[in-house]
Amino acid sequence: MSETRQFTIEQFYKFIGERKLMGAKCSKCGKILVPPRPICPECLSDSLSWIELENRGKLLTYTIIYVAPEKFQSAAPYAFGIIELGNGVRLPGMIQGVKHEDIRVGMELKVDFDTNIPSTWPKWPRYFFRPP
Amino acid sequence: MKGKPLAAVVSAGLSKFGKRDEFSGREIFAEAAKEAFERCPNLEPKKDIRALIVGNMSESFEHQCHLAPIMSDWAGLLPTPSLRVEAACASSGAAIRYGLFMILSGVCDVVMVGGFEKMTHRTTFEATEYLAMASDFPLEQWNGATFPGLFALMATAHMHEYGTREEQMALVAVKNHHNATLNPKAHMQREVTVDQVLGSRIIAKPLKLFDCSLISDGASCAILTKPEIARKYTDTPVYIIGSGHGTDAIGLYERDSLTSLKSTRIAAKEAYEMAGLSPKDIDVAEVHDCFTIAEIIAYEDLGFCNPGEGGKFIEEGISTLDGELPVNTSGGLKAKGHPVGATGVAQLYEIFLQLTGQADERQVENCNIGLTQNLGGSGATCIVHIYQRG
Repeated sequence: MSETRQFTIEQFYKFIGERKLMGAKCSKCGKILVPPRPICPECLSDSLSWIELENRGKLLTYTIIYVAPEKFQSAAPYAFGIIELGNGVRLPGMIQGVKHEDIRVGMELKVDFDTNIPSTWPKWPRYFFRPP
Repeated sequence: MKGKPLAAVVSAGLSKFGKRDEFSGREIFAEAAKEAFERCPNLEPKKDIRALIVGNMSESFEHQCHLAPIMSDWAGLLPTPSLRVEAACASSGAAIRYGLFMILSGVCDVVMVGGFEKMTHRTTFEATEYLAMASDFPLEQWNGATFPGLFALMATAHMHEYGTREEQMALVAVKNHHNATLNPKAHMQREVTVDQVLGSRIIAKPLKLFDCSLISDGASCAILTKPEIARKYTDTPVYIIGSGHGTDAIGLYERDSLTSLKSTRIAAKEAYEMAGLSPKDIDVAEVHDCFTIAEIIAYEDLGFCNPGEGGKFIEEGISTLDGELPVNTSGGLKAKGHPVGATGVAQLYEIFLQLTGQADERQVENCNIGLTQNLGGSGATCIVHIYQRG
């Protein structure tokens, strides 16, 4: 059934709303695309399939953001980082549930979901990272 | 002469950078254009200039699109054909490259390139939001990334991988602030100390307020010609001998490295090869120090030092005004200011002054070859140019 879903960012976030971290896998070259795209940028194939990604990874780098755009300012200071999942896929996002002074490069984090959907564009939920 | 002249820079102009409360972007652009015309009395702007290319990042600042005809008009150039290019903070670096290509095409003998941004009338929230638009929306912006935040991610990674220290980043700010005290057009003409930088408020850890470039108003422009006709306009032309343009994924998370910018490495390689030069031939450089860590990474990606040694490079004083390779003699984005769309051509302006011996108190002795490196966004675009004294 999932094969009929479009390989778009919109669909990526629909899955996030279902608490699933999904990517597209190119059937020709094997590249994993996160977020998914209609065409593989490596080999230009459009033969893709959905795969559920490992929802656990290692923190590659992080920052604590104090000055943010207005919509995030009430959350500031907040931690933000890039994690690498087991299959080499990288994701940027907020880090929650850990004291800022305890955040370390290399620490294990898991992907969690905030499934609230805004009423205006973009009607996307959000994912974030937290200690397992 | 080493490189083959591709085009000549026969004149350049720069507005005062800073908080220009009473002025809108078009008025500041006219100020830069006026200087470029005054420096070049043999130029008949309306008649000679065949095209104007203007770099500008965001129509959000002044609620104004369709900017190029306005700049053509305010500079007194109508009906000169005009076009705006947008490549985030590399917008006017891109204007130089594509102005150069118009000259090389043979269609235009004389082209004006420039850039501007009017920013300071906006709140910090608004400016932060507009600037963040140059990063990836669906994953980065939507999940809380900011511009300083993305460079902070690179800083953390650089510190972790190479042991780079916050004090070394602070030295970039100290150096560039010092240089800006010698530049009357700089936004912030005052010295800062390492302790002041380290003690300033945190914007995105480990970057503090004084690690960040300035939100400024400003404009820049330059007149490019075919090399063969340069002497008609000036006795002291500067030649563009190398040009490079690197492009990488918009999202920092999608790139090969968190401690190096591939776009800079690609652009530098192209420009060095075109010029027939190597990093050791560069006498003076203006690099994209939107954050102090960006200058440290630029030293490495431009080949001024090895990967991971950028912190040591600044610590050893190599890039100071009296060092072996002075970098950001203008004060850089850090202290001269960073009206984003103006920055690429503002870097060219400084190199033009240096290579024609007009940089006054900050003049570098015996300089013949200059380099500019202009980044867009968190590094998805990089434009490098190499210039030679005529």
